[in-house]
Amino acid sequence: MDDIPPYPPIDPTTFDLIVIGTGLPESIIAAAASTASKSVLHLDPNPFYGSHFSSLPLADLPSFLSSHSTSPSPPRSPSSDDPNEFSLLEFATRPLYSSIDISTFSPNLDQHSRKFNLDVAGPRVLFCADKSIELLLRTGTNQYMEFKSVDATFVGDNKGNLWSVPDSRAAIFKDKSLGLVEKNKLMRFFKLVQGHLAGEQDVKISEEDLQSPFVDFLNKMGLPPKIKSFILYAIAMADYDQEDTGVCRDLLKTKDGIDQLALYNASIGRFQNASGAFLYPIYGQGELSQAFCRRAAVKGCLYVLRMPVTALLVDKDTGCYKGVRLASGQDIFSQKLILDPTFKVTLPLGSSPPLPLKEKLPFFSLKDDKGKIARGICITKTSLKPDISNFLVVYPPRSLFPEQVTSIRLLQIASNLAVCLPGMFVLYISALCNDDDQGKKLIHAVMNTLLTVPLDSESNAAVQSETAEIGSAVQDETSESSSGGPSDSGEEKPTLLWSALYSQELTLGQVDFICSTPMPDGKLNYNDLIDTTFKIFQEIYPEEEFFPETSLENPEVDGDASPET
Amino acid sequence: MHGRPRKAPKPEDEAASSAKAQKLRALQTQFFSFHHNKIYTKEAVELSAKLLEINPESYTAWNYRKLAVEHYLNLPDCNPDSIKSVLDDELRVVENALRQNFKSYGAWHHRKWVLSKGHSSIDNELRLLDKFQKADSRNFHAWNYRRFVAESMKRSEQDELKYTEDMIYANFSNYSAWHNRSVLLSALFDKKAEGFLLKEKVLPEEYEFIHQAIFTDPDDQSGWFYHLWLLDQTVTTDSPLLASSWPGHGSDVLLVGDRCYNGSAFSPFSALHSDSGSFPIVLYFNQPVRGVNSSTVTVECGFNKNEDLLWKPLSASNSQTARVWVAHLKVSSSDLHSTVEVSVGHTKGIISTRGFEYSHPSMLSFKVHVQPMERDSSQVSVAESISLREENFKVYGKQSEESIIDSFDQLIIKNGHETTASNWRFEALAKEIECFRELLSLVDCKIGKLTLARLLKAYDAMSYPFANKLVHSEEVLELYSDLMKLDRTHYQFYKDERSIVLLQKVTSSKGSLLQHCFQYKDSVSSAICGPICLRLNNLSLSRMGAFEKLLWVQMLDLSHNELQSIEGLEAMQLLSCLSLRNNKLRSLTALEPLRKLKLLRILDISYNQIGDHSIDTTRYVCSSPLSHSVGSELNRDETVTSDVALINNWEAFYIFKDFNLNQLDIVGNTIADEKFKSVLVKIMPKLKQLDGKLLD
Repeated sequence: MDDIPPYPPIDPTTFDLIVIGTGLPESIIAAAASTASKSVLHLDPNPFYGSHFSSLPLADLPSFLSSHSTSPSPPRSPSSDDPNEFSLLEFATRPLYSSIDISTFSPNLDQHSRKFNLDVAGPRVLFCADKSIELLLRTGTNQYMEFKSVDATFVGDNKGNLWSVPDSRAAIFKDKSLGLVEKNKLMRFFKLVQGHLAGEQDVKISEEDLQSPFVDFLNKMGLPPKIKSFILYAIAMADYDQEDTGVCRDLLKTKDGIDQLALYNASIGRFQNASGAFLYPIYGQGELSQAFCRRAAVKGCLYVLRMPVTALLVDKDTGCYKGVRLASGQDIFSQKLILDPTFKVTLPLGSSPPLPLKEKLPFFSLKDDKGKIARGICITKTSLKPDISNFLVVYPPRSLFPEQVTSIRLLQIASNLAVCLPGMFVLYISALCNDDDQGKKLIHAVMNTLLTVPLDSESNAAVQSETAEIGSAVQDETSESSSGGPSDSGEEKPTLLWSALYSQELTLGQVDFICSTPMPDGKLNYNDLIDTTFKIFQEIYPEEEFFPETSLENPEVDGDASPET
Repeated sequence: MHGRPRKAPKPEDEAASSAKAQKLRALQTQFFSFHHNKIYTKEAVELSAKLLEINPESYTAWNYRKLAVEHYLNLPDCNPDSIKSVLDDELRVVENALRQNFKSYGAWHHRKWVLSKGHSSIDNELRLLDKFQKADSRNFHAWNYRRFVAESMKRSEQDELKYTEDMIYANFSNYSAWHNRSVLLSALFDKKAEGFLLKEKVLPEEYEFIHQAIFTDPDDQSGWFYHLWLLDQTVTTDSPLLASSWPGHGSDVLLVGDRCYNGSAFSPFSALHSDSGSFPIVLYFNQPVRGVNSSTVTVECGFNKNEDLLWKPLSASNSQTARVWVAHLKVSSSDLHSTVEVSVGHTKGIISTRGFEYSHPSMLSFKVHVQPMERDSSQVSVAESISLREENFKVYGKQSEESIIDSFDQLIIKNGHETTASNWRFEALAKEIECFRELLSLVDCKIGKLTLARLLKAYDAMSYPFANKLVHSEEVLELYSDLMKLDRTHYQFYKDERSIVLLQKVTSSKGSLLQHCFQYKDSVSSAICGPICLRLNNLSLSRMGAFEKLLWVQMLDLSHNELQSIEGLEAMQLLSCLSLRNNKLRSLTALEPLRKLKLLRILDISYNQIGDHSIDTTRYVCSSPLSHSVGSELNRDETVTSDVALINNWEAFYIFKDFNLNQLDIVGNTIADEKFKSVLVKIMPKLKQLDGKLLD
């Protein structure tokens, strides 16, 4: 204990706001608060930026996941009351990841660990016209980042085929899988939506239709099942089976479906050198958090990494939040605190919290009634589709096996985005699920359809047994894929080199005198997260504007934001 | 470049533009002084470049630069390097000018001129074009230039075809790309290039391609134009064919001196009044041809080879190309019965406008009988006063039906040549019809209806020689009626098309035609007098058509229709009596086709709109004002020496001077006042009756 203190003391010791964790929501709040001239201290126990939104080297990912998978040891000692007027409430971390399963089939990948930037919260993209891009442009944060276009979206089937999604007029014209009648119906539907959005009187969609389920509206428009599936799951990005109200937890309304279509439509062709609807940052999604941290730092935010926080300081009498105690032993005070959602406060055993705090406590016990999200990261040496390297694949509900109730999304990112060794590809897979087993089954179903899993691995047995379970459902179809799918037939399925499978809890952001930011959600983009972040900011600083518009700071933003050619 | 809204200029823009104008004027003044003094110094040439960069539309500056280039190239110390540098300079100036205005005719032309000097690398041009065509994919200047470049560098049509495909995939709403595709395919068909030998192999793929565009967005018209071209490629046979003739093959022609002929053993279809003993032979081709003359078409009458027979084209313009050709054959009065043999195309030389040779020689033979004149002068004058009034017509007698039926068949020439080769055409049309029925079941689109109507019409026309009926005519008529209601802007176009289909339907079978055949019967005399009168009145026709089936008609009643034009009527060479009463003819020049009807004696143009409009719009309706012949044949001297009234009515003079009318009705037209009538009498001294009044 009497060694050189690992942490130099932080000066000053009082801030307007302390933010713990450098995930994207925390980073945006830090940047917004700094821009509003608040003094902000931004802490992260990790040696890197991004927390649960980071992109990590290959070797670091498993340890990061497992460090958040087990409940931490109970508090070292009952919190002793300080001689001063504060009570100490110790922090613990909640486990976020479970059933982590790392498989290595190519031993030398570890040697190049640093060449990989693997997203912890993948698959994720930015729509060219979504809120994250607007925020980047408005705040000038785009100057710290570069993007490339994700060139296409496909819909997959259980035979390993990838069908391109006719998402524009030109794509519909070009599409080889749609019949003439289907083309006509789809284009007319797009025109209807465009007309509706443009406010044309004669093509207005009725209010009644807008409030009805989107799937009913699509049926009413007479769209065939294939096109319905394209629109619902590959363009509107619906998560749950919209045609089975028994399992659908999130039935899309026509209004929201149309908003999604509008977003998608506005995204295509927004930037001249981006051919698809999506962008992906070079060096991975972790860059986003880091860019907002840089933005905050420019505005005076103080950054301290590798700095765990041990306890919450509350007023003995009023039970009000006062500050935090750092691992270095230093106490730092602030008016407001923003917490990474993995933190929770443990109460001393047998003791009851001070009265005022008791009333506030319910928000600490985060509920996870939103279920889980299963994620998978795979590394291969060949692209899933020849001649195209960065693309999205959607497996609509029931497309892989009958019990599949959520859509599974897969994003392939190539080495030209500096996320892996040259010539390799990273596949991010995710699906919403109720529990770990269901999640595993979903991820494995995609892997078995698209990849060859080698037999010589230590964790192989586990993979195989999983395969056998779902095999009954998909075996016969997958065996056909080698003989006669139109798109990828005759070609060897890419061989899996490395994979990481895990389940992640889903928690929403909480707002009170202490606020928790949201966890990475199950969406493909950051729109919902940014909305929640904005609400949190408004809650803690109702008087302040969230990144006020300044004409000086973002000259010619459009040019900067466009991905490099 | 399309659909971008124009912004209103801001005040500061206006100031900038006036400054720019001032600068431009100064430059221009200086430039003209260099130009006029033929100064081609480096400084002077650079000044012209500056001028062109600001204003690429300065044609004089481009021409000046051409002169300057010639000047440099003719210098004694000129060497390949200096030539190249001079020409490269030009290309650079053009490129800068094009950046300023991508649609500058002068700039593109100058570039072609420089390239045609042959000292510059052509490969570079394609790169430049790719850049320009990405920026504005439909720009026809670029596409034009691309054709020039592709030809200069001998780039294959196949490669260019692939390029159009790429452009279409990028955005199929590209008229220029579709058009270039049709140009390239035509060239490949003409060349009979590898893989393009058989249209039946290529066209289905093209149909398939265009369907993607049409179904994806039926409102986009660019694809429809290409479809129309494909349809034309499908239905038009390469080599021209003889469609019909008068007299028909195997028919009997009776030439009578009198207008009344009772108890004739021959069909009234072929009995013809002829004072002079000559009669017209009319050949009707399925497409305009040239080269019809006494060597390509021989006419043998007995032992007379008629080598001096003169074939004349019958067309609105004075071109030597026409669908209908006429020659007047005179039979000697000593031969009361003779056989005429017309042989078409046994010698090469009849060529279609598209350059294809008439390759199916055919032979027509018919008999001519002469019935000498039995003139009774009192009877003649009564008989020749013909009044086309309702009470004077009698439904054509049933007893005569048989003879009509025979004659009707003889009118149409059967072309067996193409039947086997045409199967693919039928299949292609049938497939298209099915396809567009499906489209119309999905969306109600005007151009889809129009295309379906065209397809059905083409299908009927193609199958007519075998089916002897027009299966779809009712449906086509309904489609056009629909379109007339749906699309008021193009009402007249649809109405015209509908009129033609209606006429084709009427003339398609003996039964339907018979309903329109009447016998003219004078109210005074009880004798059945004269030939059959075809009455196509009250059908709300706005155009005439189906002429190939009507070559035999001598009396035609088109009254109470909506005709604005009688284009094509010149084919009906036997017409002697025509009623156009109660139509919408707007000008005297609309009567021009009648000038070519040498047998026309009785004309009723009463109750039209001649003279309503001070401007003669007929002249603008014609395909090209330049090809329009009205006035071009006017003999200046003749006009000058005529009196003032004729000069003031030169159109009337021009139209009526060649007429050989006995009887004219013109009442009910704005133009037809007493003064005008007196002019008419002057122009036509032979006129016996005007507006029902006998003339002295």
